[in-house]
Amino acid sequence: MFKIVKREEMAQGTVIMNEIEAPRIAAKARPGQFVIIKANETGERIPLTISDIDVGNGTITIIYMVVGKSTALFKTLPVGDAFQDVIGPLGKPTHIEKLGNVVCVGGGTGVAVLFPITRGFKNAGNKVISIIGARNKDLLILEDKMKSASTEFHVCTDDGSYGNKGFVTEVLKDVLDNNKIDLVVAIGPVPMMKFVSKITKTYNVKTLVSLNPIMIDGTGMCGGCRVIVEGKTQFACVDGPEFDGHQVDFDGLMKRLRAYEEDEKMAYEEHCKVFGDK
Amino acid sequence: MAEKSAKKEKIARQPMPEQAADVRRRNFEEVPTGYSEETAVLEAQRCLQCKKPACVAGCPVEVDIPGFIKHIAEKDFKGAIQKIWKKNSLPAVCGRVCPQEIQCEGLCIVGKKGEPVAIGNLERFVADMARNSGEGELPAKAAPTGKKVAVVGSGPAGLTVAGDLLLKGHDVTMFEAFHKTGGVLVYGIPEFRLPKDIVASEVETLEKIGLNIECNMVVGSIVSIEELFEEGYDAVFIGVGAGLPRFLNVPGEDLIGIYSANEYLTRANLMKGYLFPEYDTPIIRGKNVVVFGAGNVTMDSARTAMRLGADRVRVVYRRSREEMPARAAEIHHAEEEGIEFHLLTAPVRFVGDENGRLLQMEGLKMELGEPDDSGRRRPVPIEGSEFMLDCDLAVVAIGANANPLLTQSDQEITLNKWGYIEADPQTGKTTKKGVWAGGDIVTGSATVILAMGAGRIAADSIHEYLTWGW
Ligand SMILES: Cc1cc2nc3c(=O)[nH]c(=O)nc-3n(C[C@H](O)[C@H](O)[C@H](O)COP(=O)(O)OP(=O)(O)OC[C@H]3O[C@@H](n4cnc5c(N)ncnc54)[C@H](O)[C@@H]3O)c2cc1C
Ligand code: SF4
Ligand code: FES
Repeated sequence: MFKIVKREEMAQGTVIMNEIEAPRIAAKARPGQFVIIKANETGERIPLTISDIDVGNGTITIIYMVVGKSTALFKTLPVGDAFQDVIGPLGKPTHIEKLGNVVCVGGGTGVAVLFPITRGFKNAGNKVISIIGARNKDLLILEDKMKSASTEFHVCTDDGSYGNKGFVTEVLKDVLDNNKIDLVVAIGPVPMMKFVSKITKTYNVKTLVSLNPIMIDGTGMCGGCRVIVEGKTQFACVDGPEFDGHQVDFDGLMKRLRAYEEDEKMAYEEHCKVFGDK
Repeated sequence: MAEKSAKKEKIARQPMPEQAADVRRRNFEEVPTGYSEETAVLEAQRCLQCKKPACVAGCPVEVDIPGFIKHIAEKDFKGAIQKIWKKNSLPAVCGRVCPQEIQCEGLCIVGKKGEPVAIGNLERFVADMARNSGEGELPAKAAPTGKKVAVVGSGPAGLTVAGDLLLKGHDVTMFEAFHKTGGVLVYGIPEFRLPKDIVASEVETLEKIGLNIECNMVVGSIVSIEELFEEGYDAVFIGVGAGLPRFLNVPGEDLIGIYSANEYLTRANLMKGYLFPEYDTPIIRGKNVVVFGAGNVTMDSARTAMRLGADRVRVVYRRSREEMPARAAEIHHAEEEGIEFHLLTAPVRFVGDENGRLLQMEGLKMELGEPDDSGRRRPVPIEGSEFMLDCDLAVVAIGANANPLLTQSDQEITLNKWGYIEADPQTGKTTKKGVWAGGDIVTGSATVILAMGAGRIAADSIHEYLTWGW
């Protein structure tokens, strides 16, 4: 059992932060890696990228958006309660090194994943320009943490309720026009990563994206997480989750993410009936 | 004596009672329902009690077959299970999944003229009887040695090593990547062929005799072999199976509706997808299903699809019937359940709709040409024989390769050119001191009993090492 020692609601309760006791994972995990979590006996195995690690306390932090039955179930767990299974650290860690100027672009809960990577690049001596975005001010997460982990910091909201009005891609273009950038790391909804990669391609700037396909084992044994990169099949759980954004078949990924749409909707509605949640 | 055996031969092989095909093809309950006491005794009387039993030579772990069968014939079921346990710690599993027709039963003398003694059915009977009556008293354990052994992987190889070493007094901890123990026995082989509570009860027995189990431990990522030694383990056994799916590598294989058998069976069995939405893991329920391959895994996938409500399930295989590697009983059961076989047929590509969902496959007819490296006649495509087939679910069950996750993490463990671990067949020793390996990660995909046999050999060698040194 993996005890929840801290819990916070963010973005008006649509995003949840859990700090979980998992000393062995905390001791090993590095930025960019993920865990697979299963709440209880009947639960599903859900991959979530690690957002923070506290080696001293032996905890890891995960941040997830409530989008279906499993995450809704996670949301019901109070501090002191526990997840039945947490497996990790899985996937390849981000290759962090001193490159010069690095841009970190995050959207939605992708910011949670981006945070340890951003901090890593800054600690490695890079100038880090961060651009984070959300639909509106209330949905923005980890603003302070990201700010402190960056050399230069930009916020965008789609509706202009906070920071720059518009998408992260517009600020990104600006940054690319005015700086010599060595690497872009983009983590967020698939369409955002797709558009960021499209832009950086025209600037010929290497771009890392972190993919989140549906997974089962997370160890390369099922092939359910396969994505097409450079025309070749890759298993995101072991070959990734980070890939060269200029080579990823994002449209294929988006389709595969909808494989169980109907089932998920049904299960979520059932869950909401029981928990009276919306 | 001659008279007596002549009389014995008159008893016909006792058929295994089964759920009717048209009923079982829609449920997940076990297909064979097991011998009654009377049937078992009758079947046991068919054994000639050979002085030099051929059957034992066919058994990879050399169970004293005539010995345990004699006890059954005498209605001493406790005596029978004790005999089996001396050599085989998982008889309820083996009685159900071993390929008896090419092992013990294939060599049985009675089988030369008629049907062999139903050794597998009898083994299963005795094991079930012991489990259900709770009579299986725990085996005696040697005094603690103070030595610690780490067993990586909880499939039949790991379970055997753990059981043997516990009895020899060592302190054994098992590390399993999944959230449940049992390896292929829980994630691969379906409930209707091997009920999961049987595997669970075998593991429970090991826990009762002192096994520590740590699930959710992906060795090679959360802890390395080297770190296990640092943590105080004196020896490590690697039995991680052959967990890397093979795909067809034809266009369209990433469409939704195409699964590797590993994914399909893991969703169905380990995650209990067939009980969705009671269990949260969804699984695609196809109406028109194709399954590629011809092994046990293929049959398990095809029969699972039938139970999940398919109208038609077709097994598509490149070669001919003679080459099908599945157990005879599985092919027979599959056919009875209405699964169709399209032999000498190969897939060329898959076609999907605009949402990326599988709609059709294109196939190609084959004919048998010259023998290939494996000595089997190579299937060659017949030109112009392409055809289209509608399907909404396809399962690729054409075998597995070695998963590199663990093996890549330790440079001292030598691998062969296919990525399997090099281990001495006599001892199970790898090229790294203090590390043994066995089962599918050494041999490639094989059988439960061969994995157990490898486990037994390794356990003996580990015990020797812990007592005398490398
Ligand atoms: C669907 C199916 C049907 C089959 N039917 C039959 C049959 O009827 N008869 C028969 O004799 N054989 C059958 N087999 C083959 C048989 O199951 C295998 O040969 C046997 O299970 C191999 O045993 P093993 O102990 O080597 O590995 P496995 O049973 O594969 O167990 C390996 C275990 O190690 C774990 N593991 C992997 N990597 C790590 C890691 N890095 N750290 C920790 N743990 C790890 C895995 O999760 C798994 O639990 C079948 C196989 C399949 C897939
Ligand atoms: S070979 Fe057949 S008849 Fe002889 S001992 Fe074995 S099972 Fe009995
Ligand atoms: S999740 Fe199964 S191979 Fe990646």
